[in-house]
Amino acid sequence: MKFGIQVNEGPYNHEASVTALNFVRAALEAGHEIFRVFFYHDGVNNGTRYTTPPQDDIHIVNSWSELAEKHNLDLVVCVAAAQRRGIVDEGEQERNGKDGNNIAPGFRISGLGQLIEAGIQSDRLVVFGD
Amino acid sequence: MPTLHTINKSPFDRNSLQTCLRLANKGAAVILIEDGVYGAMKGNTVSATVEKALSDLSIYVLGPDMKARGVDESKIIDGIKVVDYKGFVDLTVENDKINAWL
Repeated sequence: MKFGIQVNEGPYNHEASVTALNFVRAALEAGHEIFRVFFYHDGVNNGTRYTTPPQDDIHIVNSWSELAEKHNLDLVVCVAAAQRRGIVDEGEQERNGKDGNNIAPGFRISGLGQLIEAGIQSDRLVVFGD
Repeated sequence: MPTLHTINKSPFDRNSLQTCLRLANKGAAVILIEDGVYGAMKGNTVSATVEKALSDLSIYVLGPDMKARGVDESKIIDGIKVVDYKGFVDLTVENDKINAWL
């Protein structure tokens, strides 16, 4: 079965990022397909590679990047939410005249249409967050 | 096919569990995750509402989130089923709509 996942919380709001990670892992293990993970609202904070938690903390950003690489996941960060929170890729850096970018490996910045498409293309859309 | 409702906040924090139980259609499934697992416990002011809802709804609780909070299975209301992440995924397959109460 094809799953779309929506994450509305950052790694340090409540627990939704970790729940979503565990859910995605379990779904992949059960042989399901993850069509897309869409990061919305504070969820865009899952996609900055500058996150540096203490070494004995779970590194949620890296966990997403590693999972994306292993399973070729499509991790999409909402552009409007990202601009507000300072999540920047090369294109956004150039477009908005910023002095750098911080998007984590495996993530890409795109629009809300990607969430709508995930809702249409997936058999199930599961939302995590606040 | 019925709906799966997900509840991720404690009933002592927000009233999403109480509202969900009031509005969910007969035959629906509810899974309590994250701080929502507190809604599965016996002997508190919400327990009677949850116990009553079990006659119309299937209620599940995410085991790993219970464990993370030191909630033992012996403290869970009879009739609520403990599932792992695999069970959570299976519930999203069995139910064709997933409604997250945020």
